[in-house]
Order: sequence, then structure tokens, then C-alpha cells
Amino acid sequence: MRVFPRLGRVTLIATESLTKTYGGGVTALADLTVAVEPGIIGLVGANGAGKSTLIKILLGLLEPTTGQVRVLDLDPTTQSDQVRARVGYMPEHDALPPDLTAAELVTHLGRMSGLPRTVARERASEALRHVGLYEERYRPVGGYSTGMKQRVKLAQALVHDPDLLLLDEPTNGLDPAGRDAMLALVHRIGTEFGISVLVCSHLLGEVERICDTLVAIDGGRLLRADRISAMTSATDILAVEVSEGIEELAARLVALRLPVRRDGRLLLVELADDTTYDTILGAVAELDLPLHRLDQRRHRVAELFATREPSHA
Amino acid sequence: MPEPTGVIHDIGYQRYTGPRLGRRHVFGALYLHGLRTVFGLGRSAKAKIFPWLVLGIVTLVAAGVTAVRSQIGEVVMSYAQFADAMSWLVIFFVAVAAPELVSRDLQSGVLPLYFSRPLPRADYPLAKLLALGTALWLLLGGPQLVMFLGAAFTTKQGMRGVWNELLDLLPGLLYAGLWAVVFASIGLLVASLTGKRAFAAGGIVAVFLMTAPVVGTLSIMPSQTVNELAFLASPSTLVSGVGTWALGDLLEPADQGGGLPIGDFGPVYALAAVALVTTCVALLLLRYRKVAAR
Repeated sequence: MRVFPRLGRVTLIATESLTKTYGGGVTALADLTVAVEPGIIGLVGANGAGKSTLIKILLGLLEPTTGQVRVLDLDPTTQSDQVRARVGYMPEHDALPPDLTAAELVTHLGRMSGLPRTVARERASEALRHVGLYEERYRPVGGYSTGMKQRVKLAQALVHDPDLLLLDEPTNGLDPAGRDAMLALVHRIGTEFGISVLVCSHLLGEVERICDTLVAIDGGRLLRADRISAMTSATDILAVEVSEGIEELAARLVALRLPVRRDGRLLLVELADDTTYDTILGAVAELDLPLHRLDQRRHRVAELFATREPSHA
Repeated sequence: MPEPTGVIHDIGYQRYTGPRLGRRHVFGALYLHGLRTVFGLGRSAKAKIFPWLVLGIVTLVAAGVTAVRSQIGEVVMSYAQFADAMSWLVIFFVAVAAPELVSRDLQSGVLPLYFSRPLPRADYPLAKLLALGTALWLLLGGPQLVMFLGAAFTTKQGMRGVWNELLDLLPGLLYAGLWAVVFASIGLLVASLTGKRAFAAGGIVAVFLMTAPVVGTLSIMPSQTVNELAFLASPSTLVSGVGTWALGDLLEPADQGGGLPIGDFGPVYALAAVALVTTCVALLLLRYRKVAAR
């Protein structure tokens, strides 16, 4: 477990029955209750799932319709200034004035966060260096590539040394190499810098590589929130295929207190420990069934969500 | 000089434990940034051309007026009259400066970066408004100072003459302040409605110039009351009307026509000016409440 000296192991973000309904009757968040600890948190969901709405509520820019929300143990609806002083936000869309240089822009925004003039200048250079911009920082942002612009957006979120970064689709518009670089950077911020990060993405495969907690939302509702370690260990299952007598085997395994799920011609059994193998093999032998296959399936987190989604829709 | 032999050490990420300044400092930084933006400071050479051209023109006019007065002894225009005479230049200045201050930020989408910071959402428009107002006041008041210095150094009445000039200058500066407040609040409101700078500039010029024919039409109507209230219809004549009422002779000596024919409606003009500015500022704040939540 990493140590967050200034936070300890407190709750980073907590919501309770959080609901946001827009004027037109559109429900962006519905009864969302979730609590996450410091670390790198992936917030995944399809476009329009309510990710950006959640971020804006966390920043105190939007008022929730009902429900409670706490960020860094502060209430963003009443203490938004204190929350915003400790949070860095990287928006999804273009947010950079093309005629300013990266150094000027980040310095100015540092001052907007309350840094004294010289400190703002120093920290702006530092932040830009950390995101990998060196000499380019004295050129107008208008001439930057998409990848460089994303880095400037990240640097401005970092300049005032926040305790929490809210990154809205940081890999948007980047090529595969750029995505990898951005994800590596986010991972470094979360681990080496000791800053908690909430990364929003519609690409689960991307964030699961760098996060230690995943929160999945769909249609404004919580699908699942858990530590990645908990998710992957729970997904180790054994696939058993026999050419006949599937029902008999299933009944026998249930009798042996093994949770079994039918998946076509396969029986899926949760792998509790090594004895699970022996139990299954024993059962197959006792029933004298022709065993075709017995192998371990390491479910990716994605499949975990895929199997849950139909029940929701 | 020896070659640098040092090695760059990556000292890693440094946390910041120093002071974080409060709202007043942040507001001040944003205000100064706005003021610099208006005059193109810290920006490209292209952005400096127009503001400094206008500043050059008004200063030149003031210098010319001062020169004429010191040589011939004839007062071409009073301090307050100077603001009136330069109003068309101010309109164009606002049409360039206001979009530069707010439309540019709307267009580039940088506002979420401001509103995700501790800055209260009303502070952004207010700091910009104050910056534009200050710039306009400097534009109109600076040249008056030139005129004052010219008059003070050439006066033949000693300290008494300087004192008299000062008494003339101060109302002139106040009047310039009125121009600045009215023009800044209207200009910034119009500019905050669009991210396209060209549209914003056109809109601002339209508000000021298109209302002039309305004044013209109303002032030839067969009713004297309507004639006397006609100048309410355009921001420029509204300000002049307030000036006529408040400054009287200082603005326009009676032998030159005695200002606008507003009859006894002076207080109405003053109230209208206050109402106009208040409405514009309220709408501006409302506008940014909406923008911030986006």
C-alpha cells in the first residue's frame, strides 16, 4: 500500500444517493453511492454515463439535485473554494488560448490558484517539465500537437500542487503511443508524486492498467466500485467441459458447495483454492463423465463488467 | 569562461507548502492581467498596434489643444469636453478591447480552468470589468493630465492659476470615469455573449452607433418632452446628458450652446445611467453564472 502522507487512509471521495437531474428532465446521475480511498481511481462508463457531471459536482460547479457528496472530507456544495484549492482539474475539451505560451498560461493559472508571482513561475516550469515539455514551453500553444496540448492541460492542473487530480478523458485524441505516454505519466503522478488521481475514460482497458480502484457507472448508476485487486482475484474461474451429463455434474458440484454457472456447453466454477481442481476432477471421475476440458480463466475486468451489464439494461 | 560541467539532477516532484494567497490577491492578479491584455502587454506586437495607436491619437490631440492654448490663449476644449470629443474613439477602443478580454476566453474554452479554481465565479467578470473600466479611464483621463500639466506650467496667474486648473480637471476626470463605467459595462456584456471576436466587436459598435439615429429621430418629434428625453436612447448621448446636468458650464460653456437641451430632466439622465450600468453588470454576472456551470 502506498503512503499518502497528507491524507493517510481516509476516504478520498464519497457520495451518497447522489442524483443530478438537469432542467430538461435528463437524469445524469441516479442514486449514486460510492466511496473510494486515495490512490489512482478509474471512473469508467460510456459517453453520457454521467462521468463529467460527477466531476463537476465534485468541483462544486454543479449542485446535486439530491444526495450528499464529500471530497477530501469537504463538502463541495458549501466549501467549494476549499475543495478547488486542493483539486486540479483537466477538462475533456480544448481549453487553451492559442496565442499564449504554455509557460505564461500555466503561470497565470497558478496565480489564479493563489500562488505568489515568483512561485507561480517556478512551479509552472516545474509542472511543464514533469509533463515532458521543455523548450517548447516558450512557444504559443496554438502551434502544439494534440499530445502537447494534453500535457499543458495536465500541467495546469498540477501547478498548484493539488491533493487530488480530476482528469476528464486525458487520452482523448491521442495516438496509441501518446496514450501510453499519457497513462504512464498519470501513473507516475499517482505513485511517485503522491497525488491521488481520478481518471475518467470510456475505455476500460486503458484505465485498468494504471488504476488501483475502478468505479464503473452507466446511465448515471453505479455498476461496480472496487479495488482492482479484489476484482481480478474474484474473477479467477475454472471452465469445465464435459461431452455429456452436464446437469448431473452441475448438481453434484452444487452438492459439494461449489458455486456453478452454466455458460452454453461449459460449466463455470469459481476457483476458491487449489482443492477446487481436485473436487471437480473427483466429481467428474465419480460420475464417470468424459472430460474434455478443465482450465483456468483469468477474467479481465472488462469481461466482469460485460457479464453484469445485461442484468442492468 | 569555463564550460558548464554540472549535471542536471531530476530532483523529482516537489510538494508546495508555502503560502496560498487569498481572494483579494487572486482578484488583483486577474485584474492586472486584464489591464495588460487591453494594452497588448505581454502579447504579440500585433495585439499592441491598435490600443497604442488610439492612446497615441488621444495624447496627440491633448498635446495639440494644450499647445494652441498656450500659444494663442484660446481654450479649444475643456477637460470634460475632451471626453465628449473623444467618445467615438472610445467606442472603437471598447469594440477591440472587450472582445479581447472576454470573447477570446469563451472561444478557447479556457473558462473551466478558471472556474475549477478557488476564484468565486463573480470575480472573473468583475475583474475584467474593472480592468476595462480602468483602461478607458486612463485613455480619457491621461490626456487630460497632459492638458493640465500644459496649462499649469503656462499659467500666468501663479499658484492660483494652477489651483483653478485643478478644480477644472477633477470634474473632467470624474466625467471620464462615467464614460469609462458606462462604456465598459455595455461593451463587456455584449462581448461576453459570443466567443467570436469579430461578432462581438460588430455588436458593440452597433449598440453605440445604431442607437444614434434613434436619438436623431426622437429629437425632431413635435413634443418638447420627447425631444428633451431623446438623448436617453443612446449610451453616448446619455452620458453627455448626465454631464450637461452635473457639470453644466464646465462641460459646455453657455456661449457654445450650453450642452444638450435636456431641459429639467437632468436627474432622469443620472438615474438612467445608474440603471443602465446596474442592469449591464447584473446581466454580466448572470451570464457568467451560466457559463461557469457548463
